[in-house]
Amino acid sequence: MSIVVPVRKSATVNPLKQSAPLGAAMAYLGVEGAVPLFHGSQGCTAFALVLMVRHFKETIPIQTTAMNEVSTILGGADHLEEALLNLKSRMKPKLIGIASTALTETRGEDMAGEVRTILKRRADDLAGTTVVYASTPDFTGALEEGWAKATEAVIAGLVPETRVAGADPLAVNILVGQHLTPGDIEAVRDLVESFGLTPTLLPDISLSLDGTVPDAWVPTSYGGTPLAAIGAMGRAAATFAIGEHMAAPGRLLADRTGVPLTVQPSLTGLEAADAFVAALARLSGRPVPERQKRERSRLVDAMLDGHLIVGERKVAVAAEPDLLFAVTTLLAGLGARIVGAVSTAVGSRALERIPAEEVLIGDLGDLERLAREGDADLIATHSHGRQAAERLHRPHLRIGFPIFDRLGSQHKVSVGYAGTRALMFEIANLFQAEHHAPSPAGLDPFRDRPVPAALSPEPRPC
Amino acid sequence: MSLQAKIQDVFNEPACDKNLLKDEKARKKGCSKPLTPGAAAGGCAFDGAKIVLQPITDAAHLIHGPLACEGNSYDNRHAASSGPLLYRTSFTTDVTELDVVMGQGEKKLYRAIREIVETHAPPAVFVYSTCVTALIGDDIEAVCKTASAKFATPVIPVIAPGFAGAKQLGNKLAGETLFDHVIGTAEPEVSTPTDINIIGEYNLSGELWQVEPLFRRLGIRLHACITGDARYRDVASAHRSRVNMMVCSAALINLARKMEERYGIPYFEGSFYGVEDTSDALRQTARLLVRTGADPDLLTRTEALIAEEEARVWARLAPYRPLLQGKRVLLYTGGVKSWSVVSALMEMGMEIVGTSVRKSTAEDKARIKQLMKDDPHMFEAIAPRDMYRMLKDREADIMLSGGRTQFIALKAKTPWMDINQERHDAFAGYDGMVEMVKKIAAAIHNPVWAAVRAPAPWETAEADDLFAPNFLADALVTPTFGGPVLTETVLADTLPQDAPALPAGAFLKAFAGSDAQELGEC
Repeated sequence: MSIVVPVRKSATVNPLKQSAPLGAAMAYLGVEGAVPLFHGSQGCTAFALVLMVRHFKETIPIQTTAMNEVSTILGGADHLEEALLNLKSRMKPKLIGIASTALTETRGEDMAGEVRTILKRRADDLAGTTVVYASTPDFTGALEEGWAKATEAVIAGLVPETRVAGADPLAVNILVGQHLTPGDIEAVRDLVESFGLTPTLLPDISLSLDGTVPDAWVPTSYGGTPLAAIGAMGRAAATFAIGEHMAAPGRLLADRTGVPLTVQPSLTGLEAADAFVAALARLSGRPVPERQKRERSRLVDAMLDGHLIVGERKVAVAAEPDLLFAVTTLLAGLGARIVGAVSTAVGSRALERIPAEEVLIGDLGDLERLAREGDADLIATHSHGRQAAERLHRPHLRIGFPIFDRLGSQHKVSVGYAGTRALMFEIANLFQAEHHAPSPAGLDPFRDRPVPAALSPEPRPC
Repeated sequence: MSLQAKIQDVFNEPACDKNLLKDEKARKKGCSKPLTPGAAAGGCAFDGAKIVLQPITDAAHLIHGPLACEGNSYDNRHAASSGPLLYRTSFTTDVTELDVVMGQGEKKLYRAIREIVETHAPPAVFVYSTCVTALIGDDIEAVCKTASAKFATPVIPVIAPGFAGAKQLGNKLAGETLFDHVIGTAEPEVSTPTDINIIGEYNLSGELWQVEPLFRRLGIRLHACITGDARYRDVASAHRSRVNMMVCSAALINLARKMEERYGIPYFEGSFYGVEDTSDALRQTARLLVRTGADPDLLTRTEALIAEEEARVWARLAPYRPLLQGKRVLLYTGGVKSWSVVSALMEMGMEIVGTSVRKSTAEDKARIKQLMKDDPHMFEAIAPRDMYRMLKDREADIMLSGGRTQFIALKAKTPWMDINQERHDAFAGYDGMVEMVKKIAAAIHNPVWAAVRAPAPWETAEADDLFAPNFLADALVTPTFGGPVLTETVLADTLPQDAPALPAGAFLKAFAGSDAQELGEC
């Protein structure tokens, strides 16, 4: 159990957070044929878009209602309507996912009402395109919250209220958390399918932001969860929400359909993977595939080898709550000490279970300070932590979003037995690469003690 | 002297207790047991020679042989340097088939020496013979002699081909090399009445630096460490030191004895592993220095330092006692002198369930017996299968051993700590003991053990239920999996109140056997 310490300072130094609309846009992009639409000034969209391009190295179709001074004062409904109609005619998306921004929320627009009105009035023009809306002011929450709210919007907009849970006894809903990469999502799909189950993963950026080269120009998201599959989620036998922040979308889905929900806070680590594999075995009534048994044994062996390197190392980690939970539990489970844990949101249940004395809601400035004070051997956070790592002369494990100075972050897998092993090896190798040669000064038994002047040593002649 | 004569000379070691007990005939046979084909493990004489000489940091070490000898073995130990790094660069003549057939080995060796001298200008080049170059009759000594004269750089032949014997023999042959070709070939710039050499300490992981300041604090000057963190010139002038301390194993006893004979330097055998041993090493050094003319005041100062350091080390060890009290340790090591470590671990309240005495002397064994009053579990060697069984049955809470047995412990999911020469941690002197105890505590209490010992989900008692098909519906209502990674189920209480009358959590059963037609499409 850790104590969550809220922000105590006024100046944020090197932010850890990205804003909620960005998380929402990312989630919308995990739906087939989708276009995210930010209701705000165009800068909101441009910054988010550029950051996603830097991370995914992909064209990112995010649109904006381009609020201007006049619409900010008089109301943005016209801009929203115009944007929807333009997107419809230009891109013919299957889904338009609206995310509000701090600007429109501060103005106090009745977005939900306006969206309803527009949809009613323009029903013919917008036929064939589903429009959903998530309230994601920039000043509340971060990526995880935005991602979860967009997922809720998609469920509310596309999953009908039914009571046919279990009609497809082999169908499983997986509500994927923001902390999973496209590579992770694919690994989850493979794992679920290996039990003979049919998963519907939502949002599924493994089909859209996984870096492929389509044969034709696609203006919307390349792929993602098919709308039909989302519509059929009420027929599944079970829902798994991966990450605490996906509990709310999971509850919404359970409310609408009665499909029972299980929240898996993490899929990283031996125990987490065991719990998920056991759940899939129960659900499917099938034995655990030999491949998974082998992978488990490999992970156990990797932990035996890895603990010799990771054990007793001091690590400072900054990440959104569920990712922080996944990474710190893995590290602490190998005997590492978490000398700094920094996160973004006060409300998450994941934070209470971080294996550190306290979790600071803060920024990368806090991470740097904690790492320095705790003499951390490694810092783990997204790419913006590189400045701190350079100043501290410590290795930097890149986790989370954005990772813009390394290629391939979207393909990294850290879930399940094999993914946990890969992450653990990456961590252990960072330590190994930092090998510090022993030195006479560092091993001198009198290094921390004053030496009497009379006995002041004459150094060895070499 | 031929290699055979040299080996005979090495075996006939008058300073060796064991050797003295033998009759004339047995003495000639030598002290190394013949290797058993099919059941031999461990390094060869070449390996042993390189272990001793390579820590001379500013010298070039050139291995004259086919690639395997050096290519497969270089950069494998952690002898640390405070300065020059040339010793870590691997040089080999990489003798090829054509070189062997055409007899070009000597020429290639000569050219290799020239290239090294021209490129790196080292104070000396050590040239190691190997099985193949010894077999084809390359006259390495002649090449070295010529090269020395030609390049005005000491080029030292190290004649210890692998087939000559085991690693320990190689250690001794390296000692002979130093005695014959290096020590006494230079005069020191400075010489004091408290100059000492330490023989057989290789500064692995920087261990020399954990103890050298203790000597310095007493005004004792370490002139040459043979060969940890050594400079060639210091070793070459080591004959002017007043006392030799010979560390641990009797590997270089021939060198210590011959230095006493030729240069009148008294020596003693000591160790820096364990609290008492470290104190004893300081005490004996002081005593011998005073005997050779140092100020007798040194004895008083030494006792004062020992008292201060011992009080400090025990105080620093005390916090680990609660963590280690009653923990059972299996010691399996040859390198570290077992008894001194045993005594420190017992001081921590640990129970020694066994200790190997493979390389211990009769005196060591007697001390271990004395320390472990009740049931001295001393053994020469344990077969890997038996060791695995012991550890698997949790007969020990930790094994301290070397890399060779590391995976026996790890595969048995038992804490393990490296205590042999290949380790990365420095365990010498008073500080080293604290470091070792700290590491043992961390290894035993690492949370990984609980995780890796937990059964897989399919190995648990409920596994049968787990895979029973009719378990499906119940499992969904009340999942039983979980554990430290908390898994919550939110189901019944989230169902809307006005939902069709379904008993909470029972709807799946209610629909069992229904098909999509009856349920209607969404």
